[in-house]
Amino acid sequence: MASTGLLARAGSRDMLPAARPWAGFAVRRLGRLLVSLWVLVTASFLMIHLIPGDPVRAALGPTAPTELVEAKRRALGLDEPLPVQYADFLRGLVTGDLGTSLVSQLPVSQVVAQRLPATLVLAGLAFVLAVTVAVPLGVAVGVLTRRGHGRRTELAFTTTSVVLGTIPDFLFGVALVYVFGVGLGWLPVAGASGASAYVLPVLALAVGPAAVLSRIIRVEMVGVVEADYVRTARAKRLPDRTVYLGHALPNALTASLTLAGIILSSMVAGTVLVENVFAWPGLGSTIVQSIVSKDYPMVQAVVLVYGLGVLVVNTLVDVALALLDPRSLIREA
Amino acid sequence: MGRWSTAARTPLGLTAAVLAGSVLGLAVLAPVVWGTSADAVDTGSILSPPSGEHWAGTDNLGRDILARTLVATRLSVLLALAATAIAVLAGLVLGTAPFLLGRRLGRVVTAAVNIAVAFPGLLLALFFATIFGVGATGAVFAIGLAGAPAFARLTQTLVAGVAARDYVAAARVAGVGRLRVLLRHVLPNISEPLVVNATVGTGAALLSFAGLSFLGLGVQQPGYDWGRLLYDGIGAIYVNPAAALTPGAAVLVAGLAFNLVGETVAKALGVGGVARRPGRAPRAVPGLAPVAADEAPRAVGDDLVLDVRDLEVTVPGARGPVRPVRGVTFSVRRGEALGVVGESGSGKSLTALAVSRLAGDLARVEAGRLTLLGTDLTEADGRAHRRLLGTSLAMVFQDPTTSFNPTRRVGAQLAEGARHHQGLGRAEALARAVDRLGAVRIPEPERRARQYPHEFSGGMRQRAMIGMGLMGSPSLVVADEPTTALDVTVQQQVLDLLADVRAADDVALVLISHDVAVVRSVCDRVVVMYAGRIVEDLPAASLDDDARHPYTRALVAAVPDMDTDLEAALPVIPGTPADPGALPPGCAYAPRCPLASARCVEEDPSLVSDDTGHRVACWHADGPAEAATTAAPGEVGVP
Ligand code: SF4
Repeated sequence: MASTGLLARAGSRDMLPAARPWAGFAVRRLGRLLVSLWVLVTASFLMIHLIPGDPVRAALGPTAPTELVEAKRRALGLDEPLPVQYADFLRGLVTGDLGTSLVSQLPVSQVVAQRLPATLVLAGLAFVLAVTVAVPLGVAVGVLTRRGHGRRTELAFTTTSVVLGTIPDFLFGVALVYVFGVGLGWLPVAGASGASAYVLPVLALAVGPAAVLSRIIRVEMVGVVEADYVRTARAKRLPDRTVYLGHALPNALTASLTLAGIILSSMVAGTVLVENVFAWPGLGSTIVQSIVSKDYPMVQAVVLVYGLGVLVVNTLVDVALALLDPRSLIREA
Repeated sequence: MGRWSTAARTPLGLTAAVLAGSVLGLAVLAPVVWGTSADAVDTGSILSPPSGEHWAGTDNLGRDILARTLVATRLSVLLALAATAIAVLAGLVLGTAPFLLGRRLGRVVTAAVNIAVAFPGLLLALFFATIFGVGATGAVFAIGLAGAPAFARLTQTLVAGVAARDYVAAARVAGVGRLRVLLRHVLPNISEPLVVNATVGTGAALLSFAGLSFLGLGVQQPGYDWGRLLYDGIGAIYVNPAAALTPGAAVLVAGLAFNLVGETVAKALGVGGVARRPGRAPRAVPGLAPVAADEAPRAVGDDLVLDVRDLEVTVPGARGPVRPVRGVTFSVRRGEALGVVGESGSGKSLTALAVSRLAGDLARVEAGRLTLLGTDLTEADGRAHRRLLGTSLAMVFQDPTTSFNPTRRVGAQLAEGARHHQGLGRAEALARAVDRLGAVRIPEPERRARQYPHEFSGGMRQRAMIGMGLMGSPSLVVADEPTTALDVTVQQQVLDLLADVRAADDVALVLISHDVAVVRSVCDRVVVMYAGRIVEDLPAASLDDDARHPYTRALVAAVPDMDTDLEAALPVIPGTPADPGALPPGCAYAPRCPLASARCVEEDPSLVSDDTGHRVACWHADGPAEAATTAAPGEVGVP
């Protein structure tokens, strides 16, 4: 909002009424974040204990000598009482000690630190791409297809976006590999070496969410341009651009944000599939290999990282919502 | 079953039925028909590209990809159905738990579901896949449980909605156990949306399963579903792309089939479907097109603020264009307050919007003359027009709650127009906004300017809306039902404020209202509209004694006053307002008019003025006043 700066300056004398809803929001939101975090940590701790049978035996295989299994079990702390293990687990998390991989014997935190950047870059680029495409597209098509206008445009847009949105990211990835890698040979289809290697994975991850997001924004935009406050903006005889971007867009975004949050957080998980299509050296490849090889400490850590990513995205979406729509500060989330 | 056959006949329903039918048919038949060829190893043609013999080529053992893809339909669909069944079952248990367990435990379950639902399904599936182990069985549980939170949340919402209804409460009061109430009264009432979501969920499960198998975590060799075929095929994509593309296409088609079926079912049941717009609107020419004025303009005094001649507004309707405003002529002088009354549908609001050039680009507005302060508004709208309208014409809308933008501060919303049209800087414009808020008697205007609309009360919002109009130097205020949405206690404040605005600066006021009492208390002159026309134009003071049109008299008679016997029912105008899409050939009021004669039915009376400027459109304008309100239609013969 263009005016926020000015109003904040003008209001420095009297900030309390404005500050109070933010404080309430922060407390509530932080509370929810902490509870979710606790659930996430506890679930990943319990995961290894929920595995039917003996996880260490399963990991090392039926032919491993009993002494080795016992030694491993002790090394993992699995012979301790559950509360002690839980305390150890939490302490480990705080100190950054996530245990040792059963397969590579490397510290898990080292593997995570090494693989995380590739995943972060992939997800980050895909986020940015999806949002920068979806918002202008949704707004533009929304304006073009407002009530009584552009029936053909609407049909074409909706059909395309539904089809693109239905294709799962990994299938889209396979199609991209086929067209650009096998067919045209333009772009690399595996690994993360060089800028061109990013193109296909980012596209595979971003196109579906962008399609769904732009459709949501269009629908909201079509509704919002009919709103009374848009008529008020017209009554001020503002230029169309200001009416649509200044008055309709913030409200359309507010209405889209909750769904956008779900889409964006599913992109975090989407990296797992896309990384496996493109042999991307990130956490998504790691978690799948670790699940197959029953490298439980590794799986635990990666699940935690992904879960954390989702919580961060959800929190950011709520903050964005609060910034865009002050009413959401007082509304119970 | 009518709605089912109707749904199946739409293009969407037809596609859904054909796709789903083929998928299910293949699931049943394919293993029987192609079972052998799918497993036939042909070492002679390993990883061969598509050929006449193998349409989609072969895999690394020379097995036919197409046959394997077709055969895999059964396993893929069965696994998706199994996973969905688990998701539905677990979701139902979790979703109905709050109802069964009572408040305390219920809240814990609800909170847990809310946290779980925030995590993407794939992440949950990976979590459970780790626990249940790699393989088809583990994947079924993993995907099923991963889908449970979303289903639980839906169930919770639906249960909560139904549980609040009377019959459920009645059953509870009657001592029926919770489980019994749930099974007897709640679940049957929410089954339809649950079925729809389960169908869509099956499609999602199918895609998820393909994903897990593609990751190598689902179906293991020698078994194969589509995801597994894809997993095997992608490794050989440079040798035989069809090995990956064929199962990929199958996943896509099947996923789409379930989605479409879900959407069709949703439409047939009328739940959660996207509402279709009414029929295609006829292409309307936007903007204003001047109608040839058939008479020379009347002597235009300098004090004429708004002059409207032969205003017609045409809007797209379900059955072709409709004309809700049919030739309206009036003018407003400086400082004059003109009331426009009529029932809803009389065209009064559209008239106000059309003269303010806010009727929207679907409405076709035509006028012999439409001037504001002598400037012709029928010309194309440029910057000069916008500035004139933005500074000289103030609008006040019916509902101040929805007329303010909820995402922006009140002060900024007031300041905006002034920054655009008066070239004020940000600080100046805001200072003026604060000043104007004070002028419309909003206490602590500085603090209020920094607040958002939702922090204002309804009456205060409407005053702020008037203040917004005063940012410029308006010569005309158009107020469309400004008090209708307000609490009775603040209505008078808003009317008083409008009267003050008018008195202070000689501002003209056009007040649109359905309420004769409101108009009478504020206005000098009243225009009565019926079916898109002015039927009478008279001084407000004459309303009680000198109203000549039967409709005006009926409106006046319907207003309670001091003498009204509160015990007796208020006279209401019998009949329904005229439908602009189907007007009778004669007087539009004839079907409801107690004075209607044969002539009224045939000929439409035109608006004629007497020497005092009192205009009326009625063949029997001189008829007895009592008859107009007391006689029933048809009882009065031709005079
Ligand atoms: S008397 Fe005739 S012309 Fe007059 S309002 Fe009634 S129907 Fe219309």
